[in-house]
Amino acid sequence: MLQRKISRSLSQEMERDPANGDGDGATYRMAGSITIARAGTTAREIDAEPDPLTIDLSGVTRMDTVGAWLVYRTVRDRHAKVVGASAEAKSLLEQVAEADKPVRVHPEESAGFTRVLRELGEWVAEAGETLLGLLGFFGATLIGFANLLRRPKRFRVNAVVQRFDVVGVRALGIIGLMSFLIGIVIAQQGAVQLAQFGAEVYTINLIGRITVRELGTLMTAIMVAGRSGSAFAAQIGTMKITEEIDAMRTIGVSPVEALVIPRLMATVIMMPLLAFWAMLLALLGGGIFVWLSLGIPPLTYIQRLQEVIPITDLWIGLIKAPVFGFIIALAGCFQGMLVEGNSEEVGSRTTTAVVQSIFLVIVLDAVFAVFFSSIGWK
Amino acid sequence: MIGVPKDCDPVITVHGLRNAFGEQVIHDGVDLTVCRGEILGVVGGSGTGKSVLMRSIIGLQKPESGEIEVLGENMIDRDEDEAKNIRRRWGILFQNGALFSTLTVAENVEVPIREYFPYIKQPLLDEIASYKIAMSGLPPDAGPKFPSELSGGMIKRAGLARALALDPELLFLDEPTAGLDPIAAAGFDELIRSLQKKLDLTVFLITHDLDTLYAICDRVAVLADKKVIAVGTIPQLLALDHPWIQEYFNGPRGRAAADTAQEHAETLGSIEA
Repeated sequence: MLQRKISRSLSQEMERDPANGDGDGATYRMAGSITIARAGTTAREIDAEPDPLTIDLSGVTRMDTVGAWLVYRTVRDRHAKVVGASAEAKSLLEQVAEADKPVRVHPEESAGFTRVLRELGEWVAEAGETLLGLLGFFGATLIGFANLLRRPKRFRVNAVVQRFDVVGVRALGIIGLMSFLIGIVIAQQGAVQLAQFGAEVYTINLIGRITVRELGTLMTAIMVAGRSGSAFAAQIGTMKITEEIDAMRTIGVSPVEALVIPRLMATVIMMPLLAFWAMLLALLGGGIFVWLSLGIPPLTYIQRLQEVIPITDLWIGLIKAPVFGFIIALAGCFQGMLVEGNSEEVGSRTTTAVVQSIFLVIVLDAVFAVFFSSIGWK
Repeated sequence: MIGVPKDCDPVITVHGLRNAFGEQVIHDGVDLTVCRGEILGVVGGSGTGKSVLMRSIIGLQKPESGEIEVLGENMIDRDEDEAKNIRRRWGILFQNGALFSTLTVAENVEVPIREYFPYIKQPLLDEIASYKIAMSGLPPDAGPKFPSELSGGMIKRAGLARALALDPELLFLDEPTAGLDPIAAAGFDELIRSLQKKLDLTVFLITHDLDTLYAICDRVAVLADKKVIAVGTIPQLLALDHPWIQEYFNGPRGRAAADTAQEHAETLGSIEA
C-alpha cells in the first residue's frame, strides 16, 4: 500500500517541469553514469545535501538498478523531487519501487543472556537426543543380529570379508609403523628418566606393561576410529543423500543387515588382531632401542618381557579391543544414518563420528582400568 | 544452418571451438554468435556438450583450440586481472543454483558486490540485497534463510538474485527450469522474460524444456554432431530437414509445447482484440 503511494508520487514528481522544481531548496545534479561503481560516493553526496532536495537526472547517460535505488530511496525517505529523468531512468525507478518490499536480510537475534540460555538448552536437548538415538540404534543392530541368527542364510559373508580387508589388512602398515615409533618413544623417554636412579633395566618393564595393557589397544582404537569410523559415516551418509538407503528399504533389504552389521562385525573381529599386531610392533620398536642404546641383547629382552608381563595384561588388552571396535563402528554407522539433506552434513557427521567414538573409547578405557584393577588384575 | 541476423550487435562470438576430454571429442568446430538484447536458447541431446560450451565461454573449461569473444574481449589465455573486468559484467545461474551453503540468501547476493565494491557500506549493501531478492520473486522472509532451507524453485530464484547482483549485461542460465514443476517453471520463464526486458539483458540459456524454448527464446541454437548445426527462430528451424531437429520439435512433447504456445498467443490475441 505504502509502496504504491510512493511509487505514484514518484511518477508525479518525475513528470513535473524542471523549471518549477528549482524553486525551493537545493538541487543535486547527477551526470554521467550512475552505477554501482559510484554507489558509495553518490550516496554520501546525496546525504550531504539539505532538504528539501531536487534531484536533476538530465545529465545522466547510464543508470543501473543501484543508481536507481539511491534516487528512489531519497524520494521515499526525504520526499525529494526528481526532474529530467529519461524514459529508461523512469522505468528503472519504477522497477526498484516495485521491488521495494520489506525483505528481511538478517536473522532475528535475541539478546545475549537469553541467547546463551537458549543455546545451552538446545545443546542439552540435542545431546540427550543423540544419546537416546545411539541407544535406539544399538537396539536396532541387536534386532538385526537376532534376525540373522534366525535366518543365517541372509548373512552377507562377502560384505564382511570385504570389510576385513578394508578395516584390517589395509590398516596393518600404518598401525604397525605408528606402534613401532611409539615403542621407541616410550623406551627412549623411560630410559632417560630411569637412568637418574640407575634403573635403566626397568625400561623393559615399562615398555612391556604399558604397550600390552594400555597403549597397544588404545592407539589402535584411535587409528581405526580415524580411518574406518570416519569412512563408515561418510559412506553411509553419502548413500543416505543419494537415496540408496531409501531404495534398499523399498526393495525390502534392511540397511542395518546389509550395511551396519557387516561393518560392525568386521571391526569387532579385526580390532583384537590389529591391537595384537600393534603390541608386537611396539615391543619390537622398544626392543631395538634398548638393544642399540642400552646394550641389552634381544634374547635377554624377550626373557625379561616374559618375566615382567603377567598374562592378565594381554587379556586386558585383548578384551578391550573388540569392545572399542564395536563402539567405533556403532558411532560411525549411527552418524552416517543421521545424515539428512545436503552434502555439507556428510562432512560434519563424519567429524562427529570420529570425535564421539574416540571420546567413548577413552571413557570406556578408564572404566576398564578401574574394573580390572579392582578384580585383582594388577 | 541459418545465419546471424543483419542488425546483430554480437555479445558472444565463438569461432572454431574444439573441446575434448582425452580421446573423446565433445566439440569440433563450434561457431555461434549471440546478439545484444536477445534470449538465445541452446538445445541438444544429452552429452552433446551444452554445459561444456557454456563453461568454455565463461572460462571454466580451457578449449583445445578456437576463438571466444565475450563483450568484445578475447576470452582465451587472459590473465586474472583482465578477466575480472569481464566477470563483473556477467551473471551466471548454475544448474543446481551453486549457492554458497554456509551463507544466507542475502549474504549470497552480497558476495559479488563485496568482491568488486568493498567500500559499499553494510546498510546500503543490505538494501541492494533486499531489492534484488524481491526482484527475483522470492518471498520477503527468504533473506536470512540458508540454501538448505529452500525449495528447488527458491534456490533457482536465489541463484538468479546472486547472478543479477552486479546488474550484468549478460546472463548465463544453465537449465533454469530443470527440476521445477510446470507451474513454477512457467513462473520462472516469465520472470526471466520480464527481467530481460526491464534490465535490457542478453541471455544465454541452456535448456531441455520445450515450453521454455517456445515461451521466451528469440533464437535457438541446436548442438549436434559436435557442432552447432543450426541457429534461428523456431519456425526457421522447423523448415530445416535435419532428422534430430525434426524429431525434437515434432515429437509428441514438441508438438504439445507448440500447441500450448499457440493457444497462449491466441488467448492473448483475443483479449487484446
